Amino acid sequence: MTRRVDLPNGDSLEETWADPKGLYGWFTHVDHKSIGRRYLVTAFAFFLLGGALAALMRLQLSRPDNTILGPDLYNQIFTTHGSTMMFLFAVPVMQGLGIYFVPLMVGARSIAFPRLVAFSYWMLLFGGTFLYVSFLLGAGPDVGWFSYPPLAESLYTPSKRADVWAQLITFTEVGSLAVAVSLITTTLKLRAPGMTLNRIPIFVWAQVVTSFMVLFAMPAVMLASTALILDRLVGTHFFDVEHAGDALLWQHMFWFFGHPEVYIIFIPGTGIVSTIITTFSQRRMFGYLAVVLSLVSTAFMGFGLWVHHMFATGLPQLGESFFTAASIIIAIPTGTQVFCWIATMWSGRLSVRIPMLWILGFFTIFIAGGLTGVMLAAVPLNTQVHDTFFVVAHFHYVLIGGAVFPLFAAFYYWYPKITGRVLSERLGTWVFGLFFVGFNLTFFPMHILGLHGMPRRVYTYPAAMGWGTLNLLASAGAAFMACAVVIFVLDAIRALAAEMAAAPNPWNAGTLEWATSSPPPNSNFPRLPTVAGREPIWENPPDQPVVVGLRADARDVLLTHVLDAEPDHRLLFPDPSIWPFLTAIAATVLFIWSIFTPWGVVYGAVPAFVTMVGWFWPKSPNEGGTPLWPLAHRTLPRPNEAPAAGGAI
Amino acid sequence: MSDVRTLDVSALPPGAFGSRTVTFWGTLGIVVIESTVFALAIGAYVYLVSRFPAWPPHGVAAPELRWGTLNTLILLGSLLPNELARRAGEHVDLGRVRIWMVVCLVFAMAFNIVRAFEFAHLNVMWDHDAYGSIVWLLLGLHTTHIVTDFLDSGVLTALMFTGPIEEHRFVDIEENAVYWYFVVLAWLPIYGVIYWAPRLL
Amino acid sequence: MAVGLTVVTLVALLVASVWTGRTVASLQASSAISIAITGHQWWWEVQYEDAVPSRRVLTANEIHIPTNRPVVLKVTSRDVIHSFWVPNLQGKRDLIPGYTTALWMQASRAGVFRGQCAEFCGMQHAHMAFDVVAESDEEFARWLDARRQPSGDPPDTVRRGRDVFMQARCAGCHTVRGSDAAGQTAPDLTHIASRSTLGAGSLPNTPDNLATWIRDSQRVKPGNQMPPNPLAAEDLEVLVSYLETLR
Repeated sequence: MTRRVDLPNGDSLEETWADPKGLYGWFTHVDHKSIGRRYLVTAFAFFLLGGALAALMRLQLSRPDNTILGPDLYNQIFTTHGSTMMFLFAVPVMQGLGIYFVPLMVGARSIAFPRLVAFSYWMLLFGGTFLYVSFLLGAGPDVGWFSYPPLAESLYTPSKRADVWAQLITFTEVGSLAVAVSLITTTLKLRAPGMTLNRIPIFVWAQVVTSFMVLFAMPAVMLASTALILDRLVGTHFFDVEHAGDALLWQHMFWFFGHPEVYIIFIPGTGIVSTIITTFSQRRMFGYLAVVLSLVSTAFMGFGLWVHHMFATGLPQLGESFFTAASIIIAIPTGTQVFCWIATMWSGRLSVRIPMLWILGFFTIFIAGGLTGVMLAAVPLNTQVHDTFFVVAHFHYVLIGGAVFPLFAAFYYWYPKITGRVLSERLGTWVFGLFFVGFNLTFFPMHILGLHGMPRRVYTYPAAMGWGTLNLLASAGAAFMACAVVIFVLDAIRALAAEMAAAPNPWNAGTLEWATSSPPPNSNFPRLPTVAGREPIWENPPDQPVVVGLRADARDVLLTHVLDAEPDHRLLFPDPSIWPFLTAIAATVLFIWSIFTPWGVVYGAVPAFVTMVGWFWPKSPNEGGTPLWPLAHRTLPRPNEAPAAGGAI
Repeated sequence: MSDVRTLDVSALPPGAFGSRTVTFWGTLGIVVIESTVFALAIGAYVYLVSRFPAWPPHGVAAPELRWGTLNTLILLGSLLPNELARRAGEHVDLGRVRIWMVVCLVFAMAFNIVRAFEFAHLNVMWDHDAYGSIVWLLLGLHTTHIVTDFLDSGVLTALMFTGPIEEHRFVDIEENAVYWYFVVLAWLPIYGVIYWAPRLL
Repeated sequence: MAVGLTVVTLVALLVASVWTGRTVASLQASSAISIAITGHQWWWEVQYEDAVPSRRVLTANEIHIPTNRPVVLKVTSRDVIHSFWVPNLQGKRDLIPGYTTALWMQASRAGVFRGQCAEFCGMQHAHMAFDVVAESDEEFARWLDARRQPSGDPPDTVRRGRDVFMQARCAGCHTVRGSDAAGQTAPDLTHIASRSTLGAGSLPNTPDNLATWIRDSQRVKPGNQMPPNPLAAEDLEVLVSYLETLR
């Protein structure tokens, strides 16, 4: 049915959804695009910092018996490098992509809990700052990114270093958990009408599956790090042997988080791969259902592998065998995805632009890493190469291959959408080539070094071992990677200086983020779309309806049903607010205070309570858009009542 | 003005109750996270049991049943005013909401006070050994929830007296009840572990 | 069907893994030699077990074993988690305080095999090495027997060296059996002169290096538990001469 209607006035809609300008205004932003950009920039900045630390490590290890870095500084550097990459870069950057793109891809104007996501950003920033300030003050954690007790207990680490590490966990994981809840809720409740479950983009599925993993995995590391702080601060005895604590309890708790963590990093990467392959093959994904089920089964299985990090501890053999078996069969769902990707590329019209180049790089690197992973799953081999450079090689192949390569692909792919500018193809080829060659030069020799007996986390090694040449080669490779990253950063900055020239859909992609301008307007879509297919831009019929009837003078958002995305009700979303920032400040004070005295929790709780009340308390009488008490009549339906009217096309 | 097919949602209500709301799913997210925390803490407890021939180790007495059981009854009892508050919210009945929320707060004060007695009668200190540590951790984790439940219910109740009150606030009342249910029901396995595991194992 | 396939594969891999593990473990036949290894920051305490207490041998950082005979190692740690690893002979095993686990080892040829700690254990994790010397049955028996002997009275020329040892408080941490030195927290020095390295692989064991180590081991292995000993030159020289008699 065609009706002539007044579509919302473009200008007032833009003003309604605009985040305030100015310095103070910057602290009040709740627009998911603004927060998403901040996440991406901040996470990338931590990537650069972590990379600089790695460069220092490679410098020290380039020659035997080297004296550039002493043991104390080296131990802080490798710990901070690992902690940065895992907690401040890899997870936040993937969540940042989710924050920016999930609402756009599902055709919504906002993410589900905008203020909560803003709060999470501040927690990331403050937590990372806390870590690096501590490092610069000589109190950087130095017991490895997984901080095993008893070494991390106060008897062996009397300084505040291990407490800094433990609170870094609290900062970052609180933020990650909040973002995960927001992404799941966005996908369940804010989808465009017509976007049934089997029309949800694979990138969004990957983000949702990851978010569920976050909900179940991160509590484990938060509990463990809390127990560690309690041991160190108030004398509990979870992990210290003299009072019947147990060092292995830490390892179980940590790796129950730690193994899913790597899938939390990798699964969004596969979502990026699926997206880019679809676009550059110009056809929908072959085996969509298989791919989605692979994501889900990888997530489930990922929780059953953790003991493979503990094969050297002398556990009962039957237990070890189960984890060997599980660690091997988890390759199957990933393999399924690979075959679907190959089938899509094979049967489509493949064009190898820069994003696709990085995906091809992903294939070689990640699969190589996956193969060494299957090797590591076998206990006899594991007891030889565990805690050697072989393992260092393995996890860099899967993490850099499985996350960083797709991430660079994502940057090149989505840079035009986010900024409205285009990165250079010529420089992009150089960046890829240098990074690919440098990566293999750095990490491939490490497999051999591990097999030749070089343990990890050593600040130097004797010349007589014969490890010098391969280490020198690895350090040279690091220089190539650094060059690649520098060129990338310069290109990204250069592009920003140019004027906005990107088309809405330069790659002719199919998902909804390309159905709006580059960059998107404040309201995401001047007219909210509905969808009739999995790749809406390719598959929507020309007369596919748009949504009308939402208010243009307030942040009116459409909520739909969980399964079939039928329109259900509307909701006024929050205006920009300073309270997320203030709450983050209060939480920061509480967290930092509490590593010095347990009273910090008590006193710090007061400002935290005040800011949370400020966050929740209504700012204006009917900011929710519903009638004031006393009501003339009800407007909100009860759980099982149908919506008042509407919902039919 | 333009000729475009449209889906007109202007007649949809400006909100809803129950699992249709975003806040419900947010609350569910918190419930999943906190349930995982509790489950892992109980898992740690079980792990530590497996490391000792006798439990509690070192001949420590089990926590006194009296206070924990009393508090379990108070917590379970609080589910009644909680449910009545929830229904009053769904029926947009401000009078009843006010009454039952205040009753809930009285229960909350009671179970927070009794919780202090529970801590005092655990018969072990947190720094005695790993058993003391895990018992205090388990009880402490749950205590964070009853404290925050009390505080956030208190703020919400205050709002229902001071205003501004719009229809949306009644959805908040309903969501608060969901969280309250979680806090009470999560207590049951924790009570079982803290008070009965040392007696039955 | 996917779930069924998964379960079948899992079970098959489980069976294969158990079978392999059993086979590997069964190679440990009745072992005559049992060695207790205790990890410390940053050295290895080695004790040859024996039913008769006087026949037990305590040494550090160097293990001798006879070739072609299985040896059982019982490993634990006194402080933080370490890992015992001799790449040429056996996979590694973590040394965890509060746990003692057993692993077996067997050398099929004679030689000196280097081992190194393989779990990050703090400041000097990189300098916590040891040697496993595999030798014939007779050579091994001779070595073990010699280690059983306490140190005798030192010759007159270096008796003053032993006095320096006691005055400089070395005996507070180190043991020299046959003398009054009975410290428990540092490596046993009864046969120090016969070891191939100092400081758990940090320096070759020569008189000059021994003097360097005693004077200021922090220069060689910063952060290690031994404090510097600024002795007068003649005292240091006679101390080293005394220690060189402890073969």
